[in-house]
Amino acid sequence: MPEQLFFAAEVIMNGLMAGVLYALVALGFVLIYKASGIFNYSQGVMALFAAATLVGIMDGQVPFSHLINAILGTNVHHFGWHVPAVLAILMTMAVMVLLAWAVNRFVFKYLVNQEAIILFMATIGLAYFLEGTSDLMWGGQLKTLDVGLPQGMNATLDEVTFGMFGYGFFIDNLDIVASIVALILVVTLTVYSQYSKQGRALRAVADDHQAALSVGISLNFIWILVWSIAGFVALVAGIMWGAKSGVQFSLSLMALKALPVLMLGGFTSIPGAIVGGLIIGVGEKLFEFTLGGMMGGATENWFAYVLALIFLVFRPQGLFGEKIIERV
Amino acid sequence: MNDMSTEGYVTPDGRKIGGVMMEMKNITLRFGGVKAITDISFDIREGEIRAIIGPNGAGKSSMLNVISGFYVPQEGEVWFRGTKRPQMKPYQVAQQGIARTFQNIALFEGMSVLDNVMTGRLTHMKTGMIAQAIWKGKAEQEEVENREVVEKIIDFLEIQAIRKTPVARLPYGLKKRVELARALAAEPKLLLLDEPMAGMNVEEKEDMSRFILDVNDEFGTTIALIEHDMGVVMDLSDRVVVMDYGKKIGDGTPDEVRNNQAVIDAYLGVAHD
Repeated sequence: MPEQLFFAAEVIMNGLMAGVLYALVALGFVLIYKASGIFNYSQGVMALFAAATLVGIMDGQVPFSHLINAILGTNVHHFGWHVPAVLAILMTMAVMVLLAWAVNRFVFKYLVNQEAIILFMATIGLAYFLEGTSDLMWGGQLKTLDVGLPQGMNATLDEVTFGMFGYGFFIDNLDIVASIVALILVVTLTVYSQYSKQGRALRAVADDHQAALSVGISLNFIWILVWSIAGFVALVAGIMWGAKSGVQFSLSLMALKALPVLMLGGFTSIPGAIVGGLIIGVGEKLFEFTLGGMMGGATENWFAYVLALIFLVFRPQGLFGEKIIERV
Repeated sequence: MNDMSTEGYVTPDGRKIGGVMMEMKNITLRFGGVKAITDISFDIREGEIRAIIGPNGAGKSSMLNVISGFYVPQEGEVWFRGTKRPQMKPYQVAQQGIARTFQNIALFEGMSVLDNVMTGRLTHMKTGMIAQAIWKGKAEQEEVENREVVEKIIDFLEIQAIRKTPVARLPYGLKKRVELARALAAEPKLLLLDEPMAGMNVEEKEDMSRFILDVNDEFGTTIALIEHDMGVVMDLSDRVVVMDYGKKIGDGTPDEVRNNQAVIDAYLGVAHD
């Protein structure tokens, strides 16, 4: 019996770690939605794009090499150098800021004051465009991302827990790192938005555009800032997921897993995204562990969505979302 | 009016009004085929309380929106402190030192009163993004300095008791006062008030009038305000522009305006035959 109990504890811990990764993606959604009312469908593809760009830069790939070769008849693929991980991450971040600027300059600048559904459609278009751009720039093949994060079972934890309980906990090193990084990211973002000048401006824009303009805030600047931060979050998520399961198209589909997380946590709450992610992470692992066998397994594929559905019925604004009260 | 052209003038109660701060020259504003403002010119002088009045739909709010950059007129020029203003975004106008309030209160409902008023200081905060992110030294000191200015204004407008209250929970009259506080926090050169007393009861109106006079008196802020209520305007303002159907039909001291036949017609109605 204690064996079973320890196993359950291990399942929960692994669920928490998985939840952190869900939360990381959900966070990107929340940031943009709060500041601009745009539900950014392309958040997942942004993570894919960021990860692919990072791999491309690290390997010294020539961007758009297929296109260049096809037009000029050349045969270039690599610059022949390798960029160290830290430098490559900084360069990728610069690319994401550039992307944030371009998205605002060429898309959303023309859609100010449009309805939410139109903005949403625009982000779907953006998702496909970005996916294509990613393939064109860096090629569509499966890439491995190795920025030097520790991988595999944490031996120390295994030994220590085995010594204490007679049962070794199996926790992936990468998951531990991801959790720590996500925690730092969340704390930093919360503090930044609560106490800094730009954070205050950001909250102001989220609240009322007209009033924000009247106190001298440039909406454009704030939107580029928000998309840049979302790009940064996408990059972090891309690194973690990419290191775990390779950089490939399916990376962008994890965005869909963020949807139930948002329904649980509320679309406008940063803590909500975290708690929602953790609940879904733990919930689906625990469900699979306890009842999965009876239901023919693979419950992880649908559990999150069913849970979100139940939430939609009883608490449509999510755990931390703002309650919508219509005055008549 | 006596000697309006160069040196300014002295009001009946002995306040000295300076030279021209802002000048609107032949402003015309159209929305599609509808003319909201037709060829209007007037000026606002340093230290003065200038009112724009007129019946509903006269184009008063449109005029204020032109001054604050929310609307761009098709024709005409805006001169501010001796230079012609290029076309500007509203946030750039705010950075020039022109603050405003709105007819239908535009506050940040989710934030506390203090945070709302602090946003008024944004144009005065110069620390860069990185320094803010690291949050030490300069940024911290700047926050403290700005906080002092804000506390002073909160005291001045007598809203200390609600400093930490989320704005959404406040009654209408107080919201109007918080909005004024936020505009004042910017230490504006020119303060634009769009119907500061709309929807208020007599007592609240008296309070607001007192605050407007005190702001002008104590900080020397130039104020341009729009009002519906003739009585209030006549008591408060040094000079009045009267608009009707997008045109200027009168401009002068309250007494001059009161005795202007076109103004009387516009307000009381006149028989058309």
